[in-house]
Amino acid sequence: MEPIRTLRSRTVVLAVNDIDTDQIIPARFLTTTTREGLGRHLFADWRFGPEGAPRADFVLNQPQSSGCSILVAGHNFGCGSSREHAPWALTDFGLRAVVSTQIADIFRNNALKNGLLPVIVEPDTHRWLLEHSGAEVTIDLEARSLTLPTGETARFPLEPFARYCLMNGVDELGFLLGREAEIAAYEARRAQA
Amino acid sequence: MSAPLTLFEKVWRNHEVVPESAETPAVLYIDLHLIHEVTSPQAFTVLRERGLRLRRPERTFATMDHSTPTRTEQVFGGAPISVEAAARQVRELERNCAQFGVELLGLRDARRGIVHIIGPELGLTQPGKTIVCGDSHTSTHGALGALAFGIGTTEVGHVFATQCLLQRKPRTLALNVHGKLPAGVGAKDLVLAVIGQIGVSGGTGHVIEYRGETIRALDMDERMTVCNMSIEAGARAGMIAPDQTTFRYLAGRPRAPQGEAWEAALEAWRQLPSDPGARFDREIDIDAAALEPMVTYGTNPGMVMPIGGTIPERSGDAVFAKSLAYMGFAPGERIREHPVNVVFVGSCTNGRLSDLRTAASVLRGRKVASGVHMLVVPGSQQVKREAEAEGLDRIFIEAGAEWRESGCSMCLGMNGDLVPKGHYAVSTSNRNFEGRQGIGARTLLASPLTAAACAVRGRITDPRELL
Ligand code: SF4
Repeated sequence: MEPIRTLRSRTVVLAVNDIDTDQIIPARFLTTTTREGLGRHLFADWRFGPEGAPRADFVLNQPQSSGCSILVAGHNFGCGSSREHAPWALTDFGLRAVVSTQIADIFRNNALKNGLLPVIVEPDTHRWLLEHSGAEVTIDLEARSLTLPTGETARFPLEPFARYCLMNGVDELGFLLGREAEIAAYEARRAQA
Repeated sequence: MSAPLTLFEKVWRNHEVVPESAETPAVLYIDLHLIHEVTSPQAFTVLRERGLRLRRPERTFATMDHSTPTRTEQVFGGAPISVEAAARQVRELERNCAQFGVELLGLRDARRGIVHIIGPELGLTQPGKTIVCGDSHTSTHGALGALAFGIGTTEVGHVFATQCLLQRKPRTLALNVHGKLPAGVGAKDLVLAVIGQIGVSGGTGHVIEYRGETIRALDMDERMTVCNMSIEAGARAGMIAPDQTTFRYLAGRPRAPQGEAWEAALEAWRQLPSDPGARFDREIDIDAAALEPMVTYGTNPGMVMPIGGTIPERSGDAVFAKSLAYMGFAPGERIREHPVNVVFVGSCTNGRLSDLRTAASVLRGRKVASGVHMLVVPGSQQVKREAEAEGLDRIFIEAGAEWRESGCSMCLGMNGDLVPKGHYAVSTSNRNFEGRQGIGARTLLASPLTAAACAVRGRITDPRELL
């Protein structure tokens, strides 16, 4: 995985609460056996009309969204299923961070493993971001901070190990494989009990 | 004496390979890894790319359920699976399991079914185990006192290669339920009411332990319905302390311990319930005696009300308004008596034998209202056989419902079992998200009893009218 330290981008705002994984990528696209190319199905039922034509009124289809890599979403983003296809679709589309006041547990875990930053901010910062679509913001992993164009900075929580992995491009599987001795010892202990 | 511990803390502690520290999450050992065709292929690919094997193939168990057909001719008759991409996933799972030495219940296996139904049914699910699956409703298995939660595909790969996961310890939430559930009100109504109260993100970061005499009085099927929907409140897992009900349920199941091993297991399982005085991070009390049959009216399970209620008004809430517009409802509206097009009885929430019995008890000697399409899909092939042995299939078919082979089916519509656009479906499944059951489908979640009553009358019906 590519190390990530900072991210600077304009935002795209989707002010809907409880955006669930079935909206992010509907189940009919889960019949794939690879993880590539899912960006074209991102928010499929919101992005496209019944005949498959892009809906002009959906924000991701609008010209100002092109090139934005930070999504600001309503409260409780990513609830629902454990499908990792959701972060795969978001990153394949070009998004690198999701900002909300709450992000569902499994989605957050999955996002972190795919270099998609889950950024949880306080309601005040969130409100500002919702009202200023397209604002250029900077996310700094080292400082765990999000800086608004006003110069105001908000801190966000990030599990230290996940942050370490993101910043250094470390993959967790490698780390776990490195725990072989402890795992074997645990299994031996259990076998005796 | 050591400090009193909760059920969750005991199971967690027993599985710490390396405890968590400020810098690193715990390395948690996984006893049982359940996999299915939809969330496993990319994890097998990672193993192949990195030249890895499964560390403990005997702790991994595979079934196929999400995208599989429910039409008998496609399962057993040699007719092609209608969704071609689903057929590919099925073949890929067969190939992966064969190559990596994983036990698989294939499409025609008599023990196949929805992953969360067959785990308990086969006795694979046991108290005190850590259980994971690439599926959020893995929380179901917590009904037997296991710590069970959903994971993503990258983590499926971690468990394959190391039998472990990196996990931060979640917080605990005690949900104390007291009082007797009134007639016509079941486990599904109880859990919908809980989600209505705490909200769809109310349990985020927590493991819920359901406690109190109401929970103790539930049978295993009902307990599984409750734990199943923990994830709909945002909780990672739901747990219920094992007791005589649990032990009776497990005794003699094919994968449960037998003989001396059974006695030893019982001894260990009896140590698991939360100690008196154990502390939870949060506690919530629910009065079961005050509950009514529940139904959802919006596009998440927290948008729920008693079936005779009126949809709340939330002026200025554009998201709420959008959700109601999708459903074709208005604030202040009553939905009782609203026409229904589709009724689905099934899923890992309510696809067990007792659910089918409940639905059949309403349909016996009655007909599905004309114009209503009712689909009954048993949660596993074993549930199907048991239901047929009791003649439940005849009751459904004579009433005008369809009776299918087991699978997830219309719960998420991957296999082509879909609710048409704009249609109202009363469903015993767990998610009423936009488009979950088909593009433009309008899902109303309810209990099997309520669903059957709605099928008979062709309208949203309080099941107590038909008792
Ligand atoms: S029945 Fe529905 S909720 Fe349960 S595992 Fe299948 S798709 Fe998921």
